[in-house]
Amino acid sequence: MDADLITVRDLRVSFASDAGIARVLDGVQCGIRAGEIRGLVGESGCGKTTLARAILGILPRNAARIDSGTVMFGGRNLLDLPEDRLAAEVRGREIAYIPQDPSTAFNPVFTIGTQIADLMRWKSPLARAANPPSGRARREADLARVIELLRLVQLPNPEALLRKYPHEVSGGQRQRLMIAMALLPEPKLVIADEPTTALDVTVQAQILKLLKQLARERNVAVLFTTHDLGAAYEICDRITVMYAGQEVEEAPVSEFFDRPSHPYTRKLLDSLPSAETGLRGIPGEIPRLIDPPAGCRFNPRCERASDLCRTDRPPPEPVSPGHMVRCHHRLTEFSA
Amino acid sequence: MRILVLVVNRMVWFIPTLLGLLAIVFFISHVIPADPAAFAAGENASAATIAEMRQRLGLDQPMHIQFLRYVMSIFTGDMGNSIYTGRPVVEDLLSRLPATLELTLVTVVVSTLVGVPLGVIAALRRNSWVDHALRLITIAGLAIASFWFAILLQLLFSMRLGWTPLTGRVEGWGPEPITGFYLIDSLINQDMTTLVDALHHLVLPVATLAVPAAATIVRFTRAGVLNALESSYVLYETAMGYPRWQIVWKYVLRNALIGTVTQIGLIFGILLAGAVVVEAVFDWPGLGMFAVNSILNSDYNAVMGFTLIAGTMFIVVNLLVDILQGLIDPRETR
Repeated sequence: MDADLITVRDLRVSFASDAGIARVLDGVQCGIRAGEIRGLVGESGCGKTTLARAILGILPRNAARIDSGTVMFGGRNLLDLPEDRLAAEVRGREIAYIPQDPSTAFNPVFTIGTQIADLMRWKSPLARAANPPSGRARREADLARVIELLRLVQLPNPEALLRKYPHEVSGGQRQRLMIAMALLPEPKLVIADEPTTALDVTVQAQILKLLKQLARERNVAVLFTTHDLGAAYEICDRITVMYAGQEVEEAPVSEFFDRPSHPYTRKLLDSLPSAETGLRGIPGEIPRLIDPPAGCRFNPRCERASDLCRTDRPPPEPVSPGHMVRCHHRLTEFSA
Repeated sequence: MRILVLVVNRMVWFIPTLLGLLAIVFFISHVIPADPAAFAAGENASAATIAEMRQRLGLDQPMHIQFLRYVMSIFTGDMGNSIYTGRPVVEDLLSRLPATLELTLVTVVVSTLVGVPLGVIAALRRNSWVDHALRLITIAGLAIASFWFAILLQLLFSMRLGWTPLTGRVEGWGPEPITGFYLIDSLINQDMTTLVDALHHLVLPVATLAVPAAATIVRFTRAGVLNALESSYVLYETAMGYPRWQIVWKYVLRNALIGTVTQIGLIFGILLAGAVVVEAVFDWPGLGMFAVNSILNSDYNAVMGFTLIAGTMFIVVNLLVDILQGLIDPRETR
């Protein structure tokens, strides 16, 4: 692993429920480089959102438990940091967040301006400067940055927008605001949890383009979770595929689509609707995470599965530089 | 300014609501089997005197004429004379209104200041011993009968410990009446002795009324805060590293208060009604005592006057609640 910005190792997370304990993340490994846009794809319930929230330390405290693993970021293990330091030093400062549904992420009873002003009060990069300006001067400088960034995310009339309440602006505008708020603190990493799922298809593409462009300009890494392979193709440098709480393949975007090595990735790509094949699903069902299959969790649905797959989880093996797969019987170009 | 639209909209409903209220009370009070004419004429009056009295009071007219006359006079500010005291009902009511309002307002302020923070703490410490203790106390507070609790307080704090006065609003005469609110009047007169004395007299009646009121506010605030804590915006604010205290005491609380404000409005109305009992126990010269006496004396005009003023206050409080909610929750007004 070369100079990762953030490295997740052997992360295991379980959720308590009435039916039993669900092993939602099962030894996940994942490294994100500085400035890279990383897609995290998989079906609903595969653990994308859990991984994203585990990195931020915002898993529900009463239901979720971290059983093992490390999240190394800036030379420290985030899982060891106490809550108050995470809130003050990491969240919204070095790692920012773009939520799935921008219409419920804003507080409905405060103006957008109030919410951004509070964000800047705690997370403004000016506060970290060598000689931070104080009081009024800083607030004015912060406001100028806010207005500038709102212009950059193509929001019309930013000054008026700040005086509005969240329900007075459109869904697309709210998500542009969320992108702006994520970038205002000048973080190193933005975690975007299905940021376009709640939006109209026509708006989705614009938002993705904007996110990619701004992240590139600022050299901000993005962890972009999605179940939309098309969206991942649009903006990602590399893609990590997750299945039932295990990461199964990690590849640069071109290799991911051209030379998938894991049978699940192959099936995922095959399930994309096309003119020739129409709609095709993946036979079988996602396993119950309360009593998951041993070994590779995909083995009950995989025609290549052997006894080894049912006992041992495959280790990560390189396919080519930057391309890793966890499969005992991986696909080669000929078998694909 | 949609808030203005809201206010005007409410105002339009003010009159019909009042008329409905008046009609109900008027007809109910007339089916009660008691003859106010006989009562007004005196114990040993002859049939002729009673008939004359009935005519003088307009009680011989058909029901709807009586009601129309009453409504007409209300709109000219005349609620008639009390059959019992012989004085204009308006004067009787207005002289007693401040005592009840003072008691009620102080109770609402005290129970809000106590109930809201406790409700937030119960929600934050959900299922801890603090939460369980508060649950026990609030349920007990709601279940306790106020007259019994009032007497208990009197026995302990007035009779045994001697810390508080037993009854009344002040020792001897009240301050020079300006507003009728003793706290305000003594402040205007810069009469600190009376102010302290009035506060002293308020302690037990306010405590009696505030216990169930604060209990309600704790329950509703707790529920509202818990609801808000599970929302997406709290997840977002946490993920972006807003400090916990700001999330709770600013972002969550304001959302939670939308429900609590409605409840405080209802409490205000319940307090006006509940004051009847508490005023009787503490010999508080307010509307409650007046209402009880008027009912016992079959004093139609006074009962209807009380109902009118209580209903009006209820409607005004509801209007204020609506406006307050519009101010707290911008989705209502913008």
